[in-house]
Amino acid sequence: MNTEKNIKTLIVKKPLKLDCGKTINNFPIAYETYGSLNSNKDNAILVFHALTGDQFVTGINPVTKKEGWWSYAVGPDKAIDTNKYFVICSNVIGGCMGSYGPSHKDPENQNIFGTNFPVITINDMVNAQYNLLEHFGIDKLFSVTGGSMGGMQVLQFISNFPDKSKTVVPIATTSSHSAQNIAFNELGRQAITADSDWKDGNYTSNNTNPGKGLAVARMAAHITYLSKKGLQEKFGRKLQEREDLKFGFDADFQIESYLRYQGSVFVDRFDANSYLYITRAMDYFDLAKQFKGNLSDAFTKTKAKFFIISFTSDWLYPTQENKDIVIALNSIGADVGFVEIESDKGHDSFLLDVPNFLNALKNFLDKSYEEN
Amino acid sequence: MKNEFKVIADLIEKDKKVLDVGCADGTLMKFLKDNKNINIRGLEISKEKVQECIAKGLTVIEGNAEKDLKQFPDKSFDYVVLSQTLQAFLNPELVLDELLRVGEKAIVTIPNFGYWKVRFHLLFKGTMPITKTLPDEWYNTPNLHMCTIKDFFHFVKSKNIKIFRSLALNNLDTSTINEGNIGVKNMFADLGIFLIEK
Repeated sequence: MNTEKNIKTLIVKKPLKLDCGKTINNFPIAYETYGSLNSNKDNAILVFHALTGDQFVTGINPVTKKEGWWSYAVGPDKAIDTNKYFVICSNVIGGCMGSYGPSHKDPENQNIFGTNFPVITINDMVNAQYNLLEHFGIDKLFSVTGGSMGGMQVLQFISNFPDKSKTVVPIATTSSHSAQNIAFNELGRQAITADSDWKDGNYTSNNTNPGKGLAVARMAAHITYLSKKGLQEKFGRKLQEREDLKFGFDADFQIESYLRYQGSVFVDRFDANSYLYITRAMDYFDLAKQFKGNLSDAFTKTKAKFFIISFTSDWLYPTQENKDIVIALNSIGADVGFVEIESDKGHDSFLLDVPNFLNALKNFLDKSYEEN
Repeated sequence: MKNEFKVIADLIEKDKKVLDVGCADGTLMKFLKDNKNINIRGLEISKEKVQECIAKGLTVIEGNAEKDLKQFPDKSFDYVVLSQTLQAFLNPELVLDELLRVGEKAIVTIPNFGYWKVRFHLLFKGTMPITKTLPDEWYNTPNLHMCTIKDFFHFVKSKNIKIFRSLALNNLDTSTINEGNIGVKNMFADLGIFLIEK
């Protein structure tokens, strides 16, 4: 699934030492851009994608033929206005949309990596993507932003490269994966590895695909992206194309049918091993731990302007976890704004048409850009 | 911009770092930022007001002064402003202590319950006073701890808080409050403005 010709790729020649101790070099980073870089090169926004996102932020994704994952937020005249800003997004390493990942071949033996791919971290992802700045000759980004795992990368980015972005917008995220977050990710990984078609990660060479396991992983995760209220309002106990219960195990309820559909379409576009690797990277994320337990120390070197956004019904990365980042920033006198957006759409709110969110994001970016 | 904000702005020197607690739609913040080059932050409880501030390009944190002031380090602002909100907190004393911990100085404004119109309203109508600075009915007012200029003056003194300036506002009239005239000011000012430090 990474051989499509619509994928732009940067080959990173420089060796990158990973947190696990291994070093990779000559590895591809697949990226996409929207809008154009101005002559001062000061209008670039680096967008980081979430667990199952990719570099195709907006418009029609040329691989899946579906709308890009952040089409509500990014585009001409939208919150991240591509008439004004140059948006760059790349597929994380470990991913499956062209960047170096477990479906690539190991240069040492030409076998597909599978679980021999090194375990990567959010820090590794960010360090790999930093190469894009050099590629485009950008000294300083106007902004870094992203939701969920994208937000984790935002935090790691500004910690690693404190003077490389003017503004920083982490959305619906956390500075440290909670036990509950890890638990849900483990559920997904167990679903994948329990699928007999997973073959210890060597499904490609065995001509199998652990689609059932991956679908279950997606179904479980999908529930965590929605709120109880949102689910109840959308589905309630409505039945799926039937008048009454069938006293069997088909999808009687619309919610069952919906989840099955979500699982099945996900399998078509995502790689099971990538799911293992990326969820692992999220679980390992603990920014405070990188600074001996003091989160503030991650940000002492930056003068960037932060704007943090959370959503009322997000129970996966709840407001308090976002506020903890605000508190860490305030305690060192950093320039930080914060708003919690009212929404019953759960964690997924940042991907959806939530006008108060999109307005806040647009206003923050545009006003900050005017002050440039 | 209302006279109260002009008086507050006059108390703050250029280029300072200021926190506006309960900054509402950011009118004062915007004025201070644009006219006095103030490094300004706001804390506001209303989501709608926070959005208005963001639309003005202001740095605001959605939060509650009673819970969220504690995240700011000691003396991290030159001034902390609290406009007509002290009486609305569950624990005004705690908030006042926090303002003076976080700011080198604090500017606190008090809607005066000793204002003659308030007194007359209660005396002659026998119902809870409603005035320009106290516009709500008793059942929907956010105000929990109303006080007079005199109350606040004595309260601050009893806590050994230094008063640098105390001003009485009556519409567009601004005058200084002192020990000698406080009885009169407490009658004729509808708003008190205090610049204090601990």
